[in-house]
Amino acid sequence: MSATTIPVTAETAGPRNLAFWGGAIGIGVALVVILRLIGNDYGYFAGYFVLQYVVLASAWNILGGYAGYVNFGAAGFMAAGAYTAVALRKATGLDLIPGIVAAAFVSGLLGLGTGYLTLRLRGVFFSIATLCLAVVLQTLIVNWDYVGGSRGAYIVNPLEIPPFASWGEYMFIVMLVLAILTVGIARAVEHSRIGRGLQAIRDNERAAEAVGVPTLRLKLIATTLCGALMGVAGAPLPYYSGYLNPDAAFSLSYAVNAIAMPLIGGAGTWAGPVIGAVLLGTLQQAATVTISSALNLWIVGWMLVIFVALAPRGIMGWFRKRR
Amino acid sequence: MDPQLSLLLNGIVSGLLLGGLYAAAAAGLAIAFGMLDIVNIAHPALMVAGAFLVVVIGTTLGLDPLLVSLLIAPLFYLVGVGIYTFYHHFFERRGEEALQGLAFFFGVMFIVEVGLVMAFGPEQRFLDPDYAFITWRLGEIDLPLRMLVPAVLAMAVVGLLILWLRRSFTGLAIAAVAQDAEALRLMAVDPVKIKRLAFGISVALAAMAGGALVVVQPVEPSSGQIFIGRVFAICIMGGMASLPGMVTAALLFGVVENVTATFYGPSWSPAVAFGWLLLVLAFRPQGLFGKAA
Repeated sequence: MSATTIPVTAETAGPRNLAFWGGAIGIGVALVVILRLIGNDYGYFAGYFVLQYVVLASAWNILGGYAGYVNFGAAGFMAAGAYTAVALRKATGLDLIPGIVAAAFVSGLLGLGTGYLTLRLRGVFFSIATLCLAVVLQTLIVNWDYVGGSRGAYIVNPLEIPPFASWGEYMFIVMLVLAILTVGIARAVEHSRIGRGLQAIRDNERAAEAVGVPTLRLKLIATTLCGALMGVAGAPLPYYSGYLNPDAAFSLSYAVNAIAMPLIGGAGTWAGPVIGAVLLGTLQQAATVTISSALNLWIVGWMLVIFVALAPRGIMGWFRKRR
Repeated sequence: MDPQLSLLLNGIVSGLLLGGLYAAAAAGLAIAFGMLDIVNIAHPALMVAGAFLVVVIGTTLGLDPLLVSLLIAPLFYLVGVGIYTFYHHFFERRGEEALQGLAFFFGVMFIVEVGLVMAFGPEQRFLDPDYAFITWRLGEIDLPLRMLVPAVLAMAVVGLLILWLRRSFTGLAIAAVAQDAEALRLMAVDPVKIKRLAFGISVALAAMAGGALVVVQPVEPSSGQIFIGRVFAICIMGGMASLPGMVTAALLFGVVENVTATFYGPSWSPAVAFGWLLLVLAFRPQGLFGKAA
């Protein structure tokens, strides 16, 4: 699956970057305006739901898509971020924005630690370790009374938060900014030396090592970044729902979506996870309203299996072939 | 006897019995992951699916869970053959087992688990055979049959498996496919056929483990999650391709986990699984008994 990206030359990189950021900010502003015109709080919550998956899927893609290392612990990293925000608020009273920064730090460290212990081995050991990480973090949280244990923790949100129209809009805009930044970071990584090094690791790690790519260091950078961004995706979660318990924070749907979305959209490209997240996220949001949530997760599982079998390069792969 | 000592002794003995269950759960994975190099993370989910089938059939027909699990093993063998055929066709053949293959098994795990939730609801299911309420006593030590019978069955099955792998031609071929598939081809044995057979057996073992699980504890659709860490830790600790190593690791694991649960409370025992796995991966990736590569 060596979907090599065309290297961006110095002359075109500037305008391209400008186009990306201009486009992203334009879409962001348009979304805010449209949702404000609709004026329904549900719109903000649905938007938030999709955008958190944009962050999660892009974060997964940095390690999984570029380097080919599968992280099954998205729910664990995300919950670590969410509970960091809860603990920080309880300990110091600092709210959302400092919570996001702290969550990035804690989850990033968690990623670095897991990576440091397992990334010297074959990739599958890292995957297994991340799979178990979620289970163990859940055990720790359930036993940790300070953040509510298995009963969960409440966060009381203010009703109004000027200059925003409502709390829902504020949450939506925060997540929107995070999503744009994450996609921007993922895109910058893709076009940088780090990204090319990671792609070399994915295609042939031994060959990459032999020609002098610092494989372990690059993998650790990617794991840390991936963990930190997943934590960022989770940090606003307690503020979004007003209540957080281990079952919700460690929900399987995060783990499966974090993998399904990039793979269905097209792993290894910055746009793939965005397409996957918007598509699957919207579908699930619509399906949760109309059919049962278990059934709609089941459908995601089937889509994942069918896509990896029949379209290993995801939706982005279709466009590539047509060109 | 000193109550503390008696507690420790009982903790060790029931840990060994628990280890028997873990050996049953890890046996199939030792074949799939250890010998065939197929990272079947859906194995615990398939075990739980087997457990649910055992509960349904056992309750309807009034049969013993362990007997039912042996009866449904051929069915699971076929399921395993089907999964391997699909996996081989789409991933192994293309050399894409690393990323896509892992994602595939993750998808299978997810489909099985959510499918169980949809079919049976999230509640616990149980099927207690009569002997589950009998406890033999050897002095200070309790031997609950609920734990002993599945452990003995698991040991018997794993013992037979070890014999078969060592004595029969097919068994030797399975061990060989892990080391050099090309050499096997030169001996006029189709490695794909051997792998298909072995993977079928591995999934059939998951059904057997499911029966053992039903006897030991009530099952729910998410029961498999906690087993992922355990079974992989056991396989890696046991040195991947070695079944005797796997059994030793399983017994050790059961003891450590059970003693932790006895002295610090059962809610901490999952952390033991992961802690062990991480330590083993970090310091002895070749397993407790393996030689450095």
